[in-house]
Amino acid sequence: MNITEIIIVSLIKIVFVLGITLLTVAYLVYFERKIAAWAQNRIGPNRVGWQGILQPFADVFKLLLKEDIVPEKANRIVHAIAPMIALFVAFTTYAVIPIGPNVNIFGYDISLVVADVNMGVLYVLALTSLGVYAITFAGWSSGSKYSLLGGIRSSAQMISYEISMGFSIGGVLLLAESLRPIDIVNSQAGLWNAIIQPIGFITFVVSAFAETNRLPFDLPEAEPELVGGFHTEYSSMKFAGFFLAEYANMIIASAMIVTLYLGGWHLPFEQSLGLSGSWLTVFQITSFFVKMGAMLFFFIWVRWSIPRFRYDQLMNLGWKVMFPLSLINIIWVAVIIMITN
Amino acid sequence: MLEQYIPIFLVITIALIFAVVTVFASKIFGPQRPNKSKISTYESGMQPIGTTNERVSIKYYLVAMLFIIFDLEVIFIYPWAVQFKKLFGELGISVFVSMFIFLVVLELGYLYAYKKGGFKWD
Repeated sequence: MNITEIIIVSLIKIVFVLGITLLTVAYLVYFERKIAAWAQNRIGPNRVGWQGILQPFADVFKLLLKEDIVPEKANRIVHAIAPMIALFVAFTTYAVIPIGPNVNIFGYDISLVVADVNMGVLYVLALTSLGVYAITFAGWSSGSKYSLLGGIRSSAQMISYEISMGFSIGGVLLLAESLRPIDIVNSQAGLWNAIIQPIGFITFVVSAFAETNRLPFDLPEAEPELVGGFHTEYSSMKFAGFFLAEYANMIIASAMIVTLYLGGWHLPFEQSLGLSGSWLTVFQITSFFVKMGAMLFFFIWVRWSIPRFRYDQLMNLGWKVMFPLSLINIIWVAVIIMITN
Repeated sequence: MLEQYIPIFLVITIALIFAVVTVFASKIFGPQRPNKSKISTYESGMQPIGTTNERVSIKYYLVAMLFIIFDLEVIFIYPWAVQFKKLFGELGISVFVSMFIFLVVLELGYLYAYKKGGFKWD
């Protein structure tokens, strides 16, 4: 393909994936509220549209028409930049996550990933690290004590868990011999990484919960002590930006868990089904989204089942349990490779 | 080879435009009627006391420094991990032993920080 074709094809893919992500975010918020209602024996949103199905759009338009309040003590520039960073990170990371095998459309061999780069995992790690800046800037620039405490807590938490996250990925790289997400998925065609390295899988999932600031690790937003945490002084679309970014990060975390540990689009028995080429592709793409949906449901389920940690428990868990466990996982995988080769 | 990065630049551009437009959208659509009590700092309805330019606990700096040290080790391990299978076929167990020694040294540093109370929150 020449340059123009690459640009056109990737623009189509970007619009497609961005649309899917925004729709999923909208309905993830809706399902979170519905599942919360079921967990607490309530009805949940049921007024806007059939069974409240239009609720997310009503919420977005409400926030769009609200006044954008900037507190007098705030640093106006940094206060505006923080939600931009959060949104930017949330909507660039999906670029390297593959949703299916290569497909053949109009004679072109098209990979079902926006950017098929050989340093995909590093790209994801680099961008999720940038996400810390959004929360730190938001906390610092608001000029409120709650925001400052929430921002500092959050940055300390995110960098602590980033280490065990990085070490867990080391185990995946040992088996895949590549940083390219498509190679990582293909290396799991026979056996999923979650089965070969259960410790790494658990440390990665726990770190992903901490990185996305979800319960039981949502100390930055602990309502009883810090009001809204880092976004206490945010209103209108700036608040919506943080909200959107949080849910988009959840989707990215689920997609990364599926890609790195749950075999991406591969299912162990897919070859024995005897499906023809294009039906197999459809089946594999569906299996990717089903796995991702299951992970997202798990995120919400945990939120409504487990109470919040205390801050010292959280830091202890990160440094004294997760970090040694993820190191043990690397050695475990290296030993397995040495035995089998 | 640089062709594979074109989509990344496109994604970054679109995400930047999306982020800026979203943040400034409510400036256009929303009302602008600030008053003194509306723009004052939120403190549970009370008059705000003091400023936020206060000192931050040293523990957070400690965590930040420990993060820099250990995160560098993560990046140091990645090239080894990617090459491990291939190098193990050529050089045998020494590939594993050399990294194992490095991890032991890293763990000694970790134990030192542990004993010094670097991970203690009270």
